[in-house]
Amino acid sequence: MSTALLDAPAEHRPLQSGRRAGLGSVIFAFVLWSCLAIACTFLLFLLITIVQEGIGRFDAGLVTAQPSKIRPETAGVESAFFGTLWMMAATAAMAIPLGIAAAIYLEEYADPLRWWNRLIELNIQNLAAVPSVIYGILALAFVVRGPVSLGVVLLAGAVALALLILPVIIITTREAMRSVPREIRDGSLALGATQWQTTWKQVLPAAVPGIATGSILALSRAIGEAAPLLLVGAAAFVTFNPDGVLSRYTTLPNQIATLVPQPGEAFRDLAYATILLLIIVLLAMNAVAIWLRNRFQRSW
Amino acid sequence: MTSRSRTTAGGSSQSGESHALGGSGLAVVDLSRRHARWGERIIMAVLVTAALLSVLTTVGIVISLLAPTITFFQHVNVWDFLTGTEWTAVFGVEWEDKSFGVLPLVTATMMTTVIALSVAVPLGLGIAMLLSEYASRRVRSVVKPVLEVLAGIPTVVYGFFAITAVVPLLEIFVDIDGLYSVLSAGLVMGFMIVPTVASLSEDAMSAVPSALRQGSYALGANRMKTTLRVVFPAALSGIVAAVVLGISRAVGETMIVTLAAGNLVRLSFNPVEGAQTMTGFIAQVATGDAPEGSPLYYSLFAVGALLFVITFVMNLISIRLVRKYRQVY
Repeated sequence: MSTALLDAPAEHRPLQSGRRAGLGSVIFAFVLWSCLAIACTFLLFLLITIVQEGIGRFDAGLVTAQPSKIRPETAGVESAFFGTLWMMAATAAMAIPLGIAAAIYLEEYADPLRWWNRLIELNIQNLAAVPSVIYGILALAFVVRGPVSLGVVLLAGAVALALLILPVIIITTREAMRSVPREIRDGSLALGATQWQTTWKQVLPAAVPGIATGSILALSRAIGEAAPLLLVGAAAFVTFNPDGVLSRYTTLPNQIATLVPQPGEAFRDLAYATILLLIIVLLAMNAVAIWLRNRFQRSW
Repeated sequence: MTSRSRTTAGGSSQSGESHALGGSGLAVVDLSRRHARWGERIIMAVLVTAALLSVLTTVGIVISLLAPTITFFQHVNVWDFLTGTEWTAVFGVEWEDKSFGVLPLVTATMMTTVIALSVAVPLGLGIAMLLSEYASRRVRSVVKPVLEVLAGIPTVVYGFFAITAVVPLLEIFVDIDGLYSVLSAGLVMGFMIVPTVASLSEDAMSAVPSALRQGSYALGANRMKTTLRVVFPAALSGIVAAVVLGISRAVGETMIVTLAAGNLVRLSFNPVEGAQTMTGFIAQVATGDAPEGSPLYYSLFAVGALLFVITFVMNLISIRLVRKYRQVY
């Protein structure tokens, strides 16, 4: 109890500072608040610009018309929109099961003192900060060419994105599982359940909200990525919807990157409308994640 | 003799039974039934494989970069690559036609990184101090989602925003030649990195025990002095880790610099000019069609390897520093 009191934020404590705030302190506090204000202003400026510039072309035509280099006024980004949906599904199908499995091993089975487990952990921390474009090089060398040689297909991009977000999913899943109290596991094991039964029937269900939140946020990062996909085929000009994971593809972020260098107002408006679409998709995913976190997260 | 050996055998089988039930009465440590069923072992093997995949990813990255890079350095001297000041990889066809001095790309990367850090470090630290030492719970519950949104905006959006909205703004103050400048790319990238620096530094500052703050207040220090002279030094290793991770992100960021800094290779320290960075070069070659086996194709991997080595070292430094402060408190 006493530690909880001590850890409470400073304002809730009656005792604050010994001296009255001098001019220096007032200026310091002002500087800190302005840091926040500058960041918020930037974000507002960004969002307002996107809405203002993008709303003009933001209509149903955006997702029902294919891209065109000749008629930007009526062109849409249908192929990219469906490419992003496919990409999201393929990435999730690979990254989420693998990430959860790896997290279960590290959190429930592995002895953290063994050097190989420490190596896996260090490795995951490092992978989480490897530049995304490097994952593109990896997929280029192994999936597009090299041993698998699939060519520039959607699956190659999905592999790159899945490996990119795997560390994020592992880290958030482990955090969610760690917050399930030790007593639940002990109780289950004491009743004769095996390690796996305990994990599958007690720990995982209790950790699902945290895992879901982490996975959605990781996926929203994946579908905003353009850099790794440049190397595995998304830079191409594609005017048809993908019909499977072995189809050629483009995605919303890559379509934006393709539109940017095109001259003329019409392309610019289309690019901003596409950005607005992408941002709405991402904010919706974020909102679902935050809702899940607030609605289902238990405190033990 | 026979009766004696029988008792020993009986005794040992009894103790074996009690082990199977979960250890003898005194030392009940591990409640789990180990090696109980085949199914358990198979599941364990699947889980280990999933965890090992992450190690395999790193090995895969190293192999995918190493093999073409070795080929590259059979044609290009390592020293010339690292110290050469002329980069003409995209011109000409044969190895002899091109010069592979990577310095212009490296200086451009350094320029954008320095500009980004000069935005991200002050703002990120200011926000971290505010959240950790000044803000009420309500302010924090508003600011955190704002930072999450800032961190979640795709980099391609930042890049487009830099050339269409930030450049016109900057032109009020400085004269930017054309669309592309290192300055606009760096500034926008700085805002992208603010959440990274802010949230990691705030973690480090929140981990400083309250006893230190109370001690400081008891000695008559006000909140500013406590923040700057007690909390900040105590959290320094975590804050440095946050900044190092910020540098790593800035060096590896691709879409912002590709769109906003342009693709003109230039060895210059003038921030209002455009210049191609290492990642910018990778993106340019990837967007174009470099035939497999051409010098240009190999140079992509050589630059990628350099990028990986730089960020790898940064990441290890950052992880080490974070562990240090976790151990202290």
